[in-house]
Amino acid sequence: MPRPEQRDEVEMLAMMLLIRRFEERASQQYQAQKIGGFCHLYIGQEAVVAGAVAAARPDDYLVTAYRDHAHALARGTSADACMAELFGKATGCSRGLGGSMHFFDKENHMYGGHAIVGAHVPLAAGMAFASKYRKEDRVTLCFFGDGAINQGGFHEALNLAGLFKLPVIFICENNFFAMGTSVKRSTSLEHVVDRAEGYDIPGEIVDGMNFREVRDKLSEIIVSIRKDPHPAFVEARTYRYRGHSMSDPASYRTKEELEKFRLDDPITRLRAQLTREGKLSNEQFGEIDKRAKEEALASVRFAEKSAQPSLEDLYKYTYLRGVDVDVSARKPSPSAGTAGKQERAADTAAP
Amino acid sequence: MREITYRQALNEALAEEIERDPNVFLMGEEVAEYNGAYKVSQGLLDRFGPTRIIDTPISENGFAGLGIGAAMVGLRPIVEFMTFSFSFVAFDQIVNNAPNMFTMSGGQFNVPITFRGPNGPAHQLGATHSHATECLYANVPGLKICTPATPRDAKGLLKTAVRDNNPVLVLECELFYSHKGLVEPEDEELLIPLGEAETKREGSDVTIISYAQTVPMALAAAENLAEEKINAEVIDLRSIKPLDWPRVFQSVTKTHRVVIAEQDRPFCGIGAEIAYRIQREIFDALDAPIMRVAQEDVPMPYNERLEKAVLPNTEKIIAAVKKIC
Repeated sequence: MPRPEQRDEVEMLAMMLLIRRFEERASQQYQAQKIGGFCHLYIGQEAVVAGAVAAARPDDYLVTAYRDHAHALARGTSADACMAELFGKATGCSRGLGGSMHFFDKENHMYGGHAIVGAHVPLAAGMAFASKYRKEDRVTLCFFGDGAINQGGFHEALNLAGLFKLPVIFICENNFFAMGTSVKRSTSLEHVVDRAEGYDIPGEIVDGMNFREVRDKLSEIIVSIRKDPHPAFVEARTYRYRGHSMSDPASYRTKEELEKFRLDDPITRLRAQLTREGKLSNEQFGEIDKRAKEEALASVRFAEKSAQPSLEDLYKYTYLRGVDVDVSARKPSPSAGTAGKQERAADTAAP
Repeated sequence: MREITYRQALNEALAEEIERDPNVFLMGEEVAEYNGAYKVSQGLLDRFGPTRIIDTPISENGFAGLGIGAAMVGLRPIVEFMTFSFSFVAFDQIVNNAPNMFTMSGGQFNVPITFRGPNGPAHQLGATHSHATECLYANVPGLKICTPATPRDAKGLLKTAVRDNNPVLVLECELFYSHKGLVEPEDEELLIPLGEAETKREGSDVTIISYAQTVPMALAAAENLAEEKINAEVIDLRSIKPLDWPRVFQSVTKTHRVVIAEQDRPFCGIGAEIAYRIQREIFDALDAPIMRVAQEDVPMPYNERLEKAVLPNTEKIIAAVKKIC
């Protein structure tokens, strides 16, 4: 039974389905060259973010790496805004300026997809620091992959979080491969979770293919952190069905391994649990899935018809309030003295 | 006006801003219990306590990133680097996270953070501890950079930096911490806008553009040149980014000759950009090639004599002026 503070399970199943269907559409649109740059899909890992979000409060800080579409969707960013971002459109969640790896949605407390491996882990420590500084009870959820755990920034952030007792949960989405390099070939430890021990941070392993297990473990940790701020570490063992990015055929792993995890699919599992308990009929599931597919398809149409960001806005978000005094495009006034002051006063003008 | 040191001016700026805004805090190595490696934060821990004045481990990448994360959600951190030579350990945070966030998020997350500390060669610190970092950071859109050369500018620019809504680097001069200068009384708010240069000396024959360590050198050179009837105008840029182009162009339009005295290295240094802009915007005003005085293009030697040979100085500035006047 979900606890009162946890979100409805059928609703969370619908969220996982939306993430899955959205990314299937994204994959298709990438192949049709409607989406540029890199595109990393989360398919297979949905129970991790869904479980965490189900346990958290909507205003808890959430920050993740570049495999970030699911985290925005899970936080409530619309499929339209997500797909438009992939298309680089002005209606995207980052106005088309971020792209696949840099989804942000302040209103829905999505504090970013961050694309330098491990570099956002110190940012998460900073958000948790802000919670503690302001005496808020907000917890920071920091997601990253197994590839991040050998980066300096990761270690420095864990040390600071341990030292300052920051209310942050480091959630390692261990899908066993950092791009094409397995954990065995990259990490001196057998178990990722043991990294936490060196910083006196309690660590847990959860089955990242099991929504309920992720949610319940996270709930327990969050309750404890809200009472008394401290960091925690969760290694969620999961699997991405697709390659590292769209261009990766994932030839470094076997079909058998992939099939083993596919049989343990997180959506199928939660559906079976709910069906068995009489909380979800086949018809209801069919209806939810149909809605997810429709929403994903509609997001493509929305993205297609959305406008490009305007060229005039190129400098709009370099500095807040456009405070750039670059007036080099203007000829200097022939009379030295006061003219400079006037031009400087106009520091909100575009360069 | 009263006379205080550059160090004291920075200390006052920190205290005033921490006092004024509960979201402002100071973080860095040895800033609290040790009272600052250069005593800039002297007394602040006693006055504001450990929640506002925070000692960190030697972990620049970690605490710079922590500051940026805190700034993303509304705090206004002041992060001290014991020297900007150590900021390279946090380079990814300073160039990839702080200045990119506002653009990448489509304007949702600005990063109001101040990075401050000594920058530029001091005295016989060797290659690793002598970096003048301004030209590296000036290449990054989204960052602002100021380089106070006097106690007054140190106070006024640091206070402005803390209030700015963007990441600002306040590059202090280690050799100037004990310099004295006139500063407004403590009860008078002193804010100096970023991007506003100051004409330190009026002249008509040549413009010497300086900043940070080269300001006193340029002024000494100008005094010296006056004896030879060369009347030099001296500009202190005070901010590198944004840069006060109107003041530069106005001065050069008047004097027709320019020497840029910079504390960084020559290749892609600050002076390279200034020279380019001057020739692009006011080519017709120039009566002579633009001269630059910068460091020699070598890693900094420890040996005192060799170090002196690498650095800009008054004599080098005078020689550069004489080549074009």
